[in-house]
Amino acid sequence: MGMAAESQFHVLAVDDSLFDRKLIERLLQKSSCQVTTVDSGSKALEFLGLRQGIESNDPNALSTAPVNHQEVEVNLIITDYCMPGMTGFDLLKKVKESSALKNIPVVIMSSENVPARISRCLEEGALEFFVKPVRLADLNKLKPHMMKTKLRSQKMEEIEKPSKDENGSVVAAVVSEIKDSTKTEIEILPLQQDPLLVQQGEQMLSTNNKRKSMEEGISTDRARPRFDGITTAV
Amino acid sequence: MDALITQLQRQFRDYTISLYQQGFLDDQFTELKKLQDDGSPDFVAEVLTLFFEDCVKLISNMARALDQTTGNVDYSKVGASVHQLKGSSSSVGAKRVKALCVSFKDYCDTQNFEGCVRCLQQVDIEYKTLKTKLQDLFNLEKQIIQAGGRVPQVDIN
Repeated sequence: MGMAAESQFHVLAVDDSLFDRKLIERLLQKSSCQVTTVDSGSKALEFLGLRQGIESNDPNALSTAPVNHQEVEVNLIITDYCMPGMTGFDLLKKVKESSALKNIPVVIMSSENVPARISRCLEEGALEFFVKPVRLADLNKLKPHMMKTKLRSQKMEEIEKPSKDENGSVVAAVVSEIKDSTKTEIEILPLQQDPLLVQQGEQMLSTNNKRKSMEEGISTDRARPRFDGITTAV
Repeated sequence: MDALITQLQRQFRDYTISLYQQGFLDDQFTELKKLQDDGSPDFVAEVLTLFFEDCVKLISNMARALDQTTGNVDYSKVGASVHQLKGSSSSVGAKRVKALCVSFKDYCDTQNFEGCVRCLQQVDIEYKTLKTKLQDLFNLEKQIIQAGGRVPQVDIN
């Protein structure tokens, strides 16, 4: 199917240490994410400005040639706290203050376990705070959020495109459900009518299973009953 | 050839376990191995190379900052390098190096010159010891592969 191309969850990792960048990059790749790494908060903002197509009401926006929204969207920012110049906390604030970027979840990492720091970050809107060294198990905690963000933004894009097919009204109904149910886990989203979304979900959750079943010659398009947690009306 | 492979594998297993038992490595090293796969077969070696390069650089920074002949010791400078080394040793599973950094940080905070100098010497010895041991471990891996065998997954605990 054609939609596989841009469906990888894209994470922007920010850390001034080359060593830590290498680590977080591998961790994210191992968690099936597409990764971009930068070594400072200002470079991160630059990347985000270019990629998210910040509107012209921001005088500091870096303009660029039209970028395909779908292909280079950032779905999560994970940043070190202690960095020279702009700290991870400063970056978090800037992201949350920007109308274009504020919906991107931000995760903070730190080698120091300071409760006051942790609560300050969470209060400022950080999704999670990880004490280094970050492990695969920590990133697994983010998977449900990855699902939700990816689905929501994909649906948004579908709404924005002038849709000629009769699925238009179904899509609109599903989108409002997603918007309302902010805490809903993927397992109970009633997406039976939309095989596109369920397939995306399946790709995110279990690429291994998909590969395995492809090798076994089983079509994964409608093989719902094999996967835990995805309800279906097949 | 089989007997050789089996012997090498046993050596590898025993050596790995001893490194954990003697406190050279902790479970973060195990986590690193999990990140290595067919797509990134040299990940652990690359990370360790970066780590040991970091050691050389940071220890040299600390030594320079602790050099009294150039004036008063800037303990915050020393502390900054110790903090970085503590971070990377922790991320790599270098248990003894990390533990030394913890004491070292305390001496920096209390501006204890003798304590700092002692820690500097110890950290230098410790990272070099670890480097040698890991080199031996990697050599065993190579020998196993060259003999046509598979490097065993070693289950610690």
